This record gives sequence, C-alpha cells and structure tokens, in this order.
Amino acid sequence: MSDVKKFMYLNRRAPYGAIYAWESLEVVLIGAAFDQEVSLMFVDDGVYQLVKGSDTSESDMKNFMPTYRTLGDYGVRHMFVDKASLEARGLTQDDLIEVAWEDWETEEEVDNIVELVETDQAAQLLSDSDVVFSF
Amino acid sequence: MKLSVQVNEGPYQHQASDTAYHFTKAALEKGHDVFRVFFYHDGVLNGTRLTTPPQDDRNIVNRWVELAEKYDLDLVLCVAAAQRRGIVDDGEAERNGKDATNIAPKFRISGLGQLIEAAIQSDRLVVFGD
Repeated sequence: MSDVKKFMYLNRRAPYGAIYAWESLEVVLIGAAFDQEVSLMFVDDGVYQLVKGSDTSESDMKNFMPTYRTLGDYGVRHMFVDKASLEARGLTQDDLIEVAWEDWETEEEVDNIVELVETDQAAQLLSDSDVVFSF
Repeated sequence: MKLSVQVNEGPYQHQASDTAYHFTKAALEKGHDVFRVFFYHDGVLNGTRLTTPPQDDRNIVNRWVELAEKYDLDLVLCVAAAQRRGIVDDGEAERNGKDATNIAPKFRISGLGQLIEAAIQSDRLVVFGD
C-alpha cells in the first residue's frame, strides 16, 4: 500500500452497555497490520471507555480495559478526549488511564497519548481525517 | 467516485440499513463505483436468508441481494460479528461444527481486514449506524 491515510476511530458509547466499544477496539487491533496513521477520539459517553479502575467481575462481562493500555503498541498515535464531554460527566483527566507510546525505530517515546481537546479542536481533527470510523 | 459503505445495525430495528441501502442504490444509479458494503455489529443480521417480514413490508435482506445481483456488489459480513450472532455459511458451519447455514446469496463472510482495505481503497467510507 503506497499512501498512508489518517484514520480516526470515533467512540461515542459507554463501554459495557452495548458491544460497540469492544467491537470498535477489534477493528483498531486488526487495522494495526495495515500501517496507517491512527487516532482515536472519545466523545459523549465514549469518555467512560477510558475511566480507570473498572471492575466487571460481577457482571459476567469480559473486562477489556487492559486492551486500551496496549494501543500504543498497535500503532495508535493519539487518543483524543473531548474535554466538554468529560466535564459534563464530572470527570477529569486524573480519572482516565494513561497509554504510553514508543516508536521502536526512532526510540521516540511519549508517556501518555491520552489528550484532552476542546470541542472545536475535536471537530477540526475529525475534519482533517481521511477516514472516520464511527462507533 | 469510489465509495465503500459500512452498516452497523440490523434490519427493521433501526433505519440504518434502509438508509444505507437507499444511499448505495442511489450512488450506483448515479454511476459511482461501490467498492464494498461491509456489515458490522448487528449489521451482519442483514445477511440471513431466513428473514421473513410480513408480506406488506419491505424485505430488507432480499433488497440487498437484488442490488448485489444487478451491480455485482461485494457484500461482506464481519466473521467475528457473524459468529457471535449466528450467521453461518458452509465454511463456518464446518469449522465450528454447526448443523445449518443461513447466509443469504451474494453475501460472504470475511475478516475485519476487508473493512480496513475498503477504507484505504475508497475515496469515501460512509458509515450508517445508530
């Protein structure tokens, strides 16, 4: 594949009420093999997908939170969180997991690729993407 | 323009499949190229030939099949989503020891890589969902 596209995965739903969040993650994991420029965006109830400390042990649901922490290893370069969505739910960045990223070739490292963005910035990021997968 | 379409909801419960169908049909009639229609989440339920709507209602599954026959459309059901929801073709029946198949003609079951490839190959990926 010659040219690289900007992929944006737009996550809008809470993690366990419906299967969208998990099946979105499955696309991200499979998509890693295609070497595109990949970002994730979390808006509305989608911000709950990154809240740390979730416990699914009594709901008989598979806890897929650990998978988010590995996304840096799957070629995900940015994880944007809509600040207004976060604040509307009484959450701050301290409530969210951290995801590290490293470029194995250049050894460039980023401690945390989870980044809060203003809503107009989020809109611009979506607009600048070549492909938006909406879940 | 080369388009691909992603359908994220099943038939009847949500309008997404209807809208995706009308969009795809209109695009083809306008002379656009539709590289692939990829069915994900409950969208895979659009691909069972056992669907039986009331006679005075639209048959969403048959409508996709007829569109695919007319335009040689590539209708792909995600394998992981299809397995979870019991959509089975001959290969899946054999691999997973199922006693029946239910996939509609012109549909095929394949992996998520087909969605990523569609997004890369097409000028636009248009997603229909809830």
